Amino acid sequence: MNLIVKNTLRFFFILFIQVFILNKIPPLHQFVVPYFYFIFILWLPFKTQRWVILLLGFLLGFTVDMFYKTPGLHAAASVLIAYLRPFVINLLLPKEATEWGNEEPNRVSMGSLPFTTYVILLTILHNLYLIFLEWMQFGSFFYFLGKLIATSLVSLLLILISELLVNRRKKGR
Amino acid sequence: MRNVFLFFKKYSVFIFFLLMQGVSLYMLITYNQFHHTLFTMFSSEVSGNINFKVNRIESYFSLAKENEALRIQNAKLLSQEKSSIFSLDKSSSINADSGTTDSRAAQSQFEYMPAKIISNSVYLQQNYLMLYRGSEQGVLPNMAVVGTNGIIGTVINTSKNMSIVMSLLHRQSKLIAVLKKGSGLGEISWDGKNPAFLVLTKIPKTVVVKQGDTVITTPYSDRFPPSLPIGTVYEIGQDQEANTYILKVKTATDFFSIQHAYVVKNLLQNEMDELKSKTIKE
Repeated sequence: MNLIVKNTLRFFFILFIQVFILNKIPPLHQFVVPYFYFIFILWLPFKTQRWVILLLGFLLGFTVDMFYKTPGLHAAASVLIAYLRPFVINLLLPKEATEWGNEEPNRVSMGSLPFTTYVILLTILHNLYLIFLEWMQFGSFFYFLGKLIATSLVSLLLILISELLVNRRKKGR
Repeated sequence: MRNVFLFFKKYSVFIFFLLMQGVSLYMLITYNQFHHTLFTMFSSEVSGNINFKVNRIESYFSLAKENEALRIQNAKLLSQEKSSIFSLDKSSSINADSGTTDSRAAQSQFEYMPAKIISNSVYLQQNYLMLYRGSEQGVLPNMAVVGTNGIIGTVINTSKNMSIVMSLLHRQSKLIAVLKKGSGLGEISWDGKNPAFLVLTKIPKTVVVKQGDTVITTPYSDRFPPSLPIGTVYEIGQDQEANTYILKVKTATDFFSIQHAYVVKNLLQNEMDELKSKTIKE
């Protein structure tokens, strides 16, 4: 499938899950808010241009904001990880980003350990920034810390499930 | 000059990043102060239409509950109908009643406008509802929104056909409330923990409070009609620092399954505002 078509479909599918399914599930606790949409940024192919990642990150966050009615909150967080993504990849992998084909970051292309580190690092960064911005408006430090831990665990769980469900091994052309 | 261009070329992505962050943070900060940003105007029409379509499917899940609530309300209204009131020959008391009031001077203060709720959230820290009724159908910001069982929130912004309502389940929502018995004035807000419970503070300890007491809206509000139910006292706590209670209040409205709401228009609003601004000027 064409790379652009594939990623466009993925964009809307992920958005749909985040806004109409995860947003409506009753949570166990006020700290547990399932954030999952940023997996789109994690799954973009290696050779995507940096400004394209940034723009997509902004679009994604902004669209989520429209439905959550928190203008700028999710956009700020997803732009941050979109910006940091190439640095994290360069840090974990020896090869230059340009040397990669249309491959996406996954267990096989990156190796299990670097890929896990990549996912955990960006998930925590995303949630850290998001909850920090929320904390500036209200809440205590305990709220900040508790929500960060709980939310990150839920995010990681959701990403793990989607990694297992979706087969991304096939090389894109 | 060449160095300037080189600098921009080298850091173009970083500058782009800063720009996007700037836009995001600007939206975040200004939205909390003024609710009249471009964002809601344009987003509520777009996301509202999609929400409306999804809601048509979703509404099937809580049909039974919603029907029950409407049936109860119907029964209540039917029993107030003239034909269902069986009046015995007690005309003297009715006459005495109407004799003291001048029926020409009586004026209705609140107008109820039905609206369908098309999106609702309860699990966030700042929860909003969206109504399928907007400025072209007479909804204005600051109007009260009431459900079949109790109050829901306040309209904060409207577009042509949609309006956004700040739910009672919002960290910045604050309303004056009274206890039905004992009447102490208090403030109702939400602590963000459980969407089924609100917090009532500032009720002095001189008032006797029991579990199950009803909390209602004040007659002093210019938005909400008086004595509409907000909730019932569920747990009684003491504020150690001040001489007041901290009461946990179970919401009268079931925020998990609401689908219909009424926007309340205060017909005397203009007159009240005029008087207020006049007094301030003088």
